[in-house]
Amino acid sequence: MTDVDTNTGEQVVFWVCAILAVAGALGMVLSRKAVHSALWIALTMINLAILYVANSAPFLGMVQVIVYTGAVMMLFLFVLMVVGVDASDSLIETIRGQRLASILLTLGLGILLVWGVGNGLAESTTVGLDAANEVDGGNVEGIANLIFTRYLLVFELTSALLITAAMGAMVLAHRDRWKPTPSQRERSVARFTGGGHPGNLPNPGVYARHNAVDTPALLPDGGTLDISVPGPVRGRGEERPLDRADLDDVRQITEGTGE
Amino acid sequence: MNPSNYVVLSALLFTIGTVGVLVRRNAIVVFMSVELMLNAANLAFVSFARMNGNLDGQVVAFFVMVVAAAEVVVGLAIIVTIFRTRRSASIDEPNLLKY
Repeated sequence: MTDVDTNTGEQVVFWVCAILAVAGALGMVLSRKAVHSALWIALTMINLAILYVANSAPFLGMVQVIVYTGAVMMLFLFVLMVVGVDASDSLIETIRGQRLASILLTLGLGILLVWGVGNGLAESTTVGLDAANEVDGGNVEGIANLIFTRYLLVFELTSALLITAAMGAMVLAHRDRWKPTPSQRERSVARFTGGGHPGNLPNPGVYARHNAVDTPALLPDGGTLDISVPGPVRGRGEERPLDRADLDDVRQITEGTGE
Repeated sequence: MNPSNYVVLSALLFTIGTVGVLVRRNAIVVFMSVELMLNAANLAFVSFARMNGNLDGQVVAFFVMVVAAAEVVVGLAIIVTIFRTRRSASIDEPNLLKY
């Protein structure tokens, strides 16, 4: 058994990435908004990927980036957008004292785990993966050899699991229509029996001085057509009245009665 | 530096994930905490693979990632379904099975 010690570069990578990963995890737990939590944990995932690569697992580091930060966290963000971004945690405790008790208990768990692991592994020797990687000519080849020989059955079972999960997600997220889809005939009948305007509304008026949506169109009898002005403009009362004096001027000019 | 520091880091991340599961109310954040715990376990697997000098730990971590991906898909679908009927993503809301 040879003891493989870590070099200085790996120590620097470890401390930087470890601090960032713990900061991301704490930010995930402490931030009030769920979207912020998702971004914090994405930071943790990326730093864990770097730690995998530093820990002589380059294949798993790449898989971590692709699967976790690429797929899983983006799926989380999608669902957050669907489920309501502004939904934040309520501060009311359902069980009294649950928050304090859980923090104390997990503090105990943390001390126990860190102290136990730190003590138990303090004297451990590290073999290193160089010899294991040499057998098949690389880390990826070594993992592939194991997956397709010793763990072949597990690998096949995970494919079944993935198909089942995809089917389950489709069944769960599927929603039946409450009413049958209306046919083209039903839609057409509904349009003409509603009492509204069945087709496009007439355009607003186009004049020499005013060419905007707030000027109503002119009817053949000299009146104006209110529905040619868009509803919101009418609702705000910003409809521009036509200049009657101008119309009279025009009539006088065309009929030749003016001076 | 002994590579067992990686295992200590994974224990720390696992603990933070446990706090998140117990304290947070939003179902999606609870789910993220579960993901953090799975990742911490993965880091421990990878570290032990290196310390023991065989690749089985990395293969197990790979399978954990596959199962975690499947679990995320089904879990998020359940959360979306519950949100559709109850208009809430809080884990305190669905309590009809209690009585």
